[in-house]
Amino acid sequence: MSDPAANVTNVTPTLVHAKGLTKHFGSFEAVRGIDVEVSKGEAFGFLGPNGAGKSSTMRMVSCVSPRTGGELRVLGMDPETDGPKIRARIGVVPQQDNLDTELTVRQNLQVYGRYFGLSRSAVRAKATELMEFAQLTERADAEVEPLSGGMKRRLTIARSLVNDPDLLLLDEPTTGLDPQARHLLWDRLFRLKQSGVTLIITTHYMDEAEQLCDRLVVMDGGRIAAEGSPSELIRRYSTKEVLELRFPPGEQSGDEVRDLAERVEVLPDRVLLYTADGDAALAAVHARGVRPVSSLVRRSTLEDVFLRLTGRTLVD
Amino acid sequence: MSTHVVGPWRAALIAVENHWTWYRRNWRATVISNFLQPVLFLLAMGVGFGSQVREGAATGGHPYLVYLAPALLVITAVQNAVFESTWVVFSAFKWQRTYLAVVSTPVTPAQVLYGQLLWIALRLAAGITVFLAIAFALGAITSPWAVLAVPFATLAGMAFSAPVVAFAATREKPDAFNAIFRFLVMPMTLFTGGFFPLSQLPGWLHPLAWLTPVWHGIELARGATFGTLGVLPALGHVAYLSALVALGVVLGRRYFRRRLAV
Amino acid sequence: MTNETSTDLPAPSPPVTPRHGAGLLLRVVPPGLYAGRAHVLVERSYLVSRRGWMSVISGFFEPLFFLFSLGYGLGQLVTTVEGPGGPVPYAVFVAPALLAASAMNGAVFEATFNLFFKFKYAKTYDAVLATPLGPVDIALGEAAWCLIRGGLYSAGFIAVMLGFGLISSPWALLALPACLLVALAFAAVGMAAATFMRSWQDFDLVQLAVMPLFLFSTTFYPLSVYPGWLQAVVQWTPLYHAIELMRALTTGYVGWGALTHVAYFAVMVVIGVVVAARRLGKLLLT
Ligand SMILES: Nc1ncnc2c1ncn2[C@@H]1O[C@H](COP(=O)(O)OP(=O)(O)OP(=O)(O)O)[C@@H](O)[C@H]1O
Ligand SMILES: [Mg+2]
Repeated sequence: MSDPAANVTNVTPTLVHAKGLTKHFGSFEAVRGIDVEVSKGEAFGFLGPNGAGKSSTMRMVSCVSPRTGGELRVLGMDPETDGPKIRARIGVVPQQDNLDTELTVRQNLQVYGRYFGLSRSAVRAKATELMEFAQLTERADAEVEPLSGGMKRRLTIARSLVNDPDLLLLDEPTTGLDPQARHLLWDRLFRLKQSGVTLIITTHYMDEAEQLCDRLVVMDGGRIAAEGSPSELIRRYSTKEVLELRFPPGEQSGDEVRDLAERVEVLPDRVLLYTADGDAALAAVHARGVRPVSSLVRRSTLEDVFLRLTGRTLVD
Repeated sequence: MSTHVVGPWRAALIAVENHWTWYRRNWRATVISNFLQPVLFLLAMGVGFGSQVREGAATGGHPYLVYLAPALLVITAVQNAVFESTWVVFSAFKWQRTYLAVVSTPVTPAQVLYGQLLWIALRLAAGITVFLAIAFALGAITSPWAVLAVPFATLAGMAFSAPVVAFAATREKPDAFNAIFRFLVMPMTLFTGGFFPLSQLPGWLHPLAWLTPVWHGIELARGATFGTLGVLPALGHVAYLSALVALGVVLGRRYFRRRLAV
Repeated sequence: MTNETSTDLPAPSPPVTPRHGAGLLLRVVPPGLYAGRAHVLVERSYLVSRRGWMSVISGFFEPLFFLFSLGYGLGQLVTTVEGPGGPVPYAVFVAPALLAASAMNGAVFEATFNLFFKFKYAKTYDAVLATPLGPVDIALGEAAWCLIRGGLYSAGFIAVMLGFGLISSPWALLALPACLLVALAFAAVGMAAATFMRSWQDFDLVQLAVMPLFLFSTTFYPLSVYPGWLQAVVQWTPLYHAIELMRALTTGYVGWGALTHVAYFAVMVVIGVVVAARRLGKLLLT
């Protein structure tokens, strides 16, 4: 009711539209032509191994890194010409905290709010509210430098909300947070989403992606390897269940169980058997006389999708 | 009887070797401030400004250029020591954290300090020697005794450097270093009898000047160069400067240990 | 499942759009690099300096030490020097030169070392650039702060000169704006130069430019000391013009020639700003 745009149009607008988007650093191609569409109100995730190009993409979307080629529109505008207007409406949590170490916790929030043109009284109120949110009220007038890594992270996240963004870009937001803080943040992000904020998240935590994201893409080597909702991706790229077997060091090869599952993944510390019925597969393993140290039957997760798409599978 | 524990001298030499390895790659950044700056100063003040000065009692009967040169050796030593004793030491604790890496080997915090001081002393001596040669070529040095100014200036430089290194080891932030430059180094350069005799300043400033290593260094360097230095005063100056070095080493050892052996 | 507690939630507010009041600059600089909000950077610098006021105050003493030492110590070795309108006491001769030189030193230091440190090491600007502000806001904000600080130092120094009777003309009222112009010119060129720097090693080149200017631009002795061809060279250098301008204003021997000096710095400002604005975007946005 407070959002006029929602009344005028019933088609959900596209907040981020990328087509053939590329980013080169010198001769190195970090992003090699990706297509992404993020609609209003969505929580969209980027997964991918180190160096896949997630942060490079995020930085282009947040209009701090000019694109090398392709199309990119954010909030319906072109970052190249309307950078300031776009940045006014987005919140950014970069992978590396870049707090202003010359200012206190409170001043960090206040000054950052001033960059968005908020009035002094508005930033004062906002800073108090956000310090509450980040549970940093006791450290309000402390220096930023000696805060713990997790506290700095919380402050960076709080800072990104200072302008009440329509679109929030979070590059590995929960790295370095303790479990309580992570759950708290998930809750806050979920509520932001409920209130209509669009989220774009990169993460290495599959549980986080499964919890938060409506839709995600898996990036590898600067390209998109797969796209869909978490459950779609699991259905498409994995089996219903997984049997995990652990062997004593040096005794696992996976060869003796290779034909017992649709797909077998040999990790450094265990062997994964992808199958519709994990218990049946375990029975078959035992029947073969193979004696793993331990075994576990579980449902497929995004992690299995991730391994399939970005790992070096031995058997396909 | 572990063979991997090194004696204090060897450790300091190893540290010097490490500094040298670094320096061989990065010497370019120091050429201008360490070697060129003093020469330009000598040209501007000694030759340019000196042309306006009448030789007289104030300059000991020498042309201003000749009067200035030995003092400038000492001032150069102290100026060259500033950066090496503050930012470089601080960075090795805080930013580059090289000291922290070194003490995770058998090298002790005190040995790290000795290595650092030895390295600074070598740098100072090298800078002064080069400057002396250039000053000689410019006709600013007329007495062979000026060679003695090299050890004297190095000593004066270290009498400043050692306590400052100890101080830098106590810092969590580099804020104080600019103040050191502005409130210690600048006045020590300008008001200790280098550019003009101390006697031209008000009397109450003299005791302050006597506290500074620069004044003692200038007395030594100028006295040696012009042959006016008595044995007793010379011993007194050297003793005072050595005491400052010793003070710096003692404090530095304590602070280095406090900071590194945790 | 979610019971909305609105206190935790930042309430939706109308989108913040960049200010459009800043007219001309918005049209000159490439789009997207400027949001017209440079003054917030000044606010930030003010907050930081309030916490480190000692180091701000201390900047005032450096030229004073020089003035006392040179004006009074050296003044007894050299009684009078050829000034703009005939022989003047050495302190009268050297004070305006120190005023000009400290305006230059402060501006160059801020525009090169501090700027470089902030964006390369402290990463202060990374966060700023994620807000509506662009590189040009940063450049303007930092330049403005640099001028404010420099202006305070200059005003203090002029007051000291007045107190010691080193000023003999009401023209000296213009010395402060002249200092600001000189500082702006050096800051603009310094900032442009900083955009070409790759590492700390390059800052030696800054030293290489600034130090000879400080020492040889007739700061400590009159131009007549140099042989003729060298005089011609010195007369082309920027600090020479600044010193001549200050000497004219504080002694009252102001002619039309003063406008040449002003023009010299106006050209420096334009070149510096154009180059810096063009290059800063490249430098900060990767
Ligand atoms: N400024 C830069 N200059 C040169 N190369 C860069 C730069 N930034 C990123 N790269 C390169 O681009 C590639 C992608 O980097 P990016 O940071 O986007 O990866 P990522 O997917 O975020 O990885 P991670 O999970 O480790 O954060 C990497 O190979 C990286 O080395
Ligand atoms: Mg990344």
